[in-house]
Amino acid sequence: MTEGRLHTRTLVALSSLVASGEISSIELTRLFLDRIGRFNGRLNAFLTVDPEYALAQAAAIDRSKQKREALGPLSGVPIAVKDNICTRGIRTTCASRILENYIPPYDAHVVQRLRKAGAVIVGKLNMDEFAMGSSNENSAFGPVRNPWSLERTPGGSSGGPAAATASSLVAAALGSDTGGSVRQPASFCGITALKPTYGRVSRYGLVAFASSLDQIAPITRDIRDAARLLGVIAGHDSRDATSYPGEVENYEVECGKAIKGMRVGVVRDAFEKGCDEDVASAIDKALETFKQLGCELVEVSLPHISYGVSVYYIVAPAEASSNLARFDSVRYGLRVLGEDLFDTYAKTRAQGFGAEVKRRIMLGTYALSAGYYDAFYLRAQKVRTLIWNDYAEAFKRCDVLLTPTAPTPAFKLGEKTGDPLAMYLQDIFTLPPSLAGIPAVSAPCGFSSSGLPIGMQLCAPAFHEGRLVRITHAFEQSTDFINRRPAAFELD
Amino acid sequence: MARTYEPVIGLEVHAQLLTRSKMFCGCSTEFGAPPNTHVCPVCLGLPGALPVPNGGAVEMAIRAALALGCTVRNRSRFARKNYFYPDLAKNYQISQYELPLNEHGRLEIEVDGVKRRVGIVRIHLEEDAAKNLHPVGAGGDTLVDFNRGGTPLMEIVSDPDMRSAAEAEEYLRKLREILMFAGVNDGNLEEGSFRCDANVSLRPTGQKQLGTRVELKNINSFRFVRKAIEYEVMRQQSVLDSGGIVEQETRAWNVEQSRSFTMRSKEEAMDYRYFPDPDLPELVVSDEMIARARAQLAELPAEKRARYRSALGLTEYDASVLTSHPAISSYFESCTNELLKACEKPLSPQQAGKRCANFIQSEVMRYLKTEGLGLQVPVTASRLAELIAIVEIGAISGKMAKEVFAQMAATGKAAKKVVEQKGLSQISDASVIDGEVERLIQAHPEQVEQYRSGNKKVLGFFVGQVMKATKGSANPKMVNEALRKYLEG
Ligand SMILES: [Zn+2]
Repeated sequence: MTEGRLHTRTLVALSSLVASGEISSIELTRLFLDRIGRFNGRLNAFLTVDPEYALAQAAAIDRSKQKREALGPLSGVPIAVKDNICTRGIRTTCASRILENYIPPYDAHVVQRLRKAGAVIVGKLNMDEFAMGSSNENSAFGPVRNPWSLERTPGGSSGGPAAATASSLVAAALGSDTGGSVRQPASFCGITALKPTYGRVSRYGLVAFASSLDQIAPITRDIRDAARLLGVIAGHDSRDATSYPGEVENYEVECGKAIKGMRVGVVRDAFEKGCDEDVASAIDKALETFKQLGCELVEVSLPHISYGVSVYYIVAPAEASSNLARFDSVRYGLRVLGEDLFDTYAKTRAQGFGAEVKRRIMLGTYALSAGYYDAFYLRAQKVRTLIWNDYAEAFKRCDVLLTPTAPTPAFKLGEKTGDPLAMYLQDIFTLPPSLAGIPAVSAPCGFSSSGLPIGMQLCAPAFHEGRLVRITHAFEQSTDFINRRPAAFELD
Repeated sequence: MARTYEPVIGLEVHAQLLTRSKMFCGCSTEFGAPPNTHVCPVCLGLPGALPVPNGGAVEMAIRAALALGCTVRNRSRFARKNYFYPDLAKNYQISQYELPLNEHGRLEIEVDGVKRRVGIVRIHLEEDAAKNLHPVGAGGDTLVDFNRGGTPLMEIVSDPDMRSAAEAEEYLRKLREILMFAGVNDGNLEEGSFRCDANVSLRPTGQKQLGTRVELKNINSFRFVRKAIEYEVMRQQSVLDSGGIVEQETRAWNVEQSRSFTMRSKEEAMDYRYFPDPDLPELVVSDEMIARARAQLAELPAEKRARYRSALGLTEYDASVLTSHPAISSYFESCTNELLKACEKPLSPQQAGKRCANFIQSEVMRYLKTEGLGLQVPVTASRLAELIAIVEIGAISGKMAKEVFAQMAATGKAAKKVVEQKGLSQISDASVIDGEVERLIQAHPEQVEQYRSGNKKVLGFFVGQVMKATKGSANPKMVNEALRKYLEG
């Protein structure tokens, strides 16, 4: 093993190196901090890096190691979290001017879990403002760039976590997924993201965008890392009333299990329309791989998923319009004093929020207004139930469902900013599983003719994350996509 | 000639639940703490914080609902009521809208011998707002104290079944009493834990269709409820009499000027954009929970009054004084029970009840009033029972008991201790009294002769002399008996 390649190792590999004493957490943390210092300028993946905080955590792990105390499953490995996950004492901006200087007084549930598992949190990652966007161009602090092609988007809203992980600035990251916000960036950056079942991971301390959809999710180099990380953050939390009380299964043991006989559902009509040719052919090849691995391919139809985008763009903005009302300058955040109270509200929010956030607040406010509620919000909720039923039906005939993660590989920065609808269509495949609350993984399944990564999305019934780990791992073992790295981020 | 109109009144009451912690977080609900000390990320609406319903508040709301004859829903929902105001941390209030916890109750009232059954549309759970303060010296700034923010509230909405201000007042008194006796609300109007809004409309007598209603806000005492409604009825009547139309609006009662003012016109009415709160799953209440709440439901005041009269033989008046507050009735009941147990002389429940009722209504309540103690009786029920028992066996007189009670209250000492230390104990020792009487008879032969020749008034002279000699502590009954024995024997 050469020092220069250490950063490309997985989270699981690095944590065993720390655990076995082959490397100290301090050394490892310095290595990644050095990479962040060297490369973040190109990517703009980090909004806050806190070396002091990181090295203190690393030193604590090394002390535990010296005292022969048991180390946690993430022992001593540097990772980072999206900037909508609250970190005590470290500013949490949601990439918004309105929270530019906001320092939370408490750690999110997942941050507590990470620390307990021995992870070293090095900083906070860029994103679309309040997680609203599919290209990371809605960050108030500038877009993140795609490590594979700097003029392209890393996807959104978890652009920072995906870019940082793909370029090995951290071993892994936590993002959040509301309608595809970890999966589409993972697809664009050639890495893996596992959105858990709604309720599997506590949302306590995740700044809410759309409460009925938001889930915190691992973004990693491979599926075993995702399984390890999900195992750490999953589980019941009494502070989140929507948290699922059931036991957490051992996801990692699914790695290496055979998938012979597993029924892979294919939703033909879904990805044949409006899908990039390279994407369609990568998916076809993935299906071929599954067939060779002994899977049975089953054609299924989900008649209502074509309404996914419409439903999502009513439900999510409606919830967001209410969730974001708290940013009023009274207790924290940006304050722009006006002539009176309501003028202060108006001026603060006008200056504090970006265009996309304002657009969604207006959409949501309208959808909930008297006289429109039934036609929009209520109807959207009914269609949401139909989508949920579609999946329930489909999963009677198959074990997992395969679609592309996104209709295209990474597009160029600025390419879609003038057309919000075209941007919303980026999430056409990722929205329906979010609306149904089911788990979904995005894993690398090919490259475009111009060398950009392509991801596939696999969904499973609620609380069957283990099944997604198993099938993704089998796919990884028989392909080489996860081993390709963006060249620009290796030492010269 | 002016037409006659019938007032139609419905009331909305916001009652704070007596839980120790807030509706959606673990913060204390204690009143009067320094500003912003009972707060946390949840009730301050910090980014990322989430609400978790307080099971105790749900139980209390169910108990209240059962006391008011409501149907409890097995499945209800929390909803967000969206509006911007600094006292609302999240700029939405978590309340219930389409599927409230409780529905379809009723409350019987009686005014001037006329009974009326007032329907209760719904009782739902919600969180209270914080308090905006405008302190002198803050340079005109408004400050917000979030201690109250998130306190559990029940909103109790009546049907428009009341026909006069007096009925509205009676409904509120009855409702307050029931909530207090159900142990869910402290009935404290001054601290705002029981608040009321009224909807008032007028319609020509005999007409079925309701008139335009006006909402009255900010009426936080029974007296103001009555005044505000009476004022509103008069106001609407004069509008109608002069051929005008009553506008749908919200008016606020001004205490100083004894009149109401327009707060919001119909055009300014808010659109609260209610929708189910996605942070909170359906509130599921099992039949077992309802049964448990029913079992915990204490005896309500009307039932108590009936029992005090039948089982303890109290008068209607005594029974109503002793049920004016749950603290008083529970004090009375435990005092009576303790007396029955503690008294050396066997008493019937009626005797014990009567003794305790008399002492509490005279001495205890007077003491509370003069000392300004509210309902904080400084002597426990069992200690008061001991005192009454000492009187009962004749160890001290009723007059002395008043003094002893005051001492007990002031010093926290038990009755026997006070009696001992003050030397207040009545001399009931026959040999002491006999000795004194014998000495007097020998010292006053003239008076003895007068008595024996028929001047019975002289007895008073002897009684006075015995009392003087014993500093008033001799048992008067025994002194009388002893004197008669010696004078006549
Ligand atoms: Zn609190």
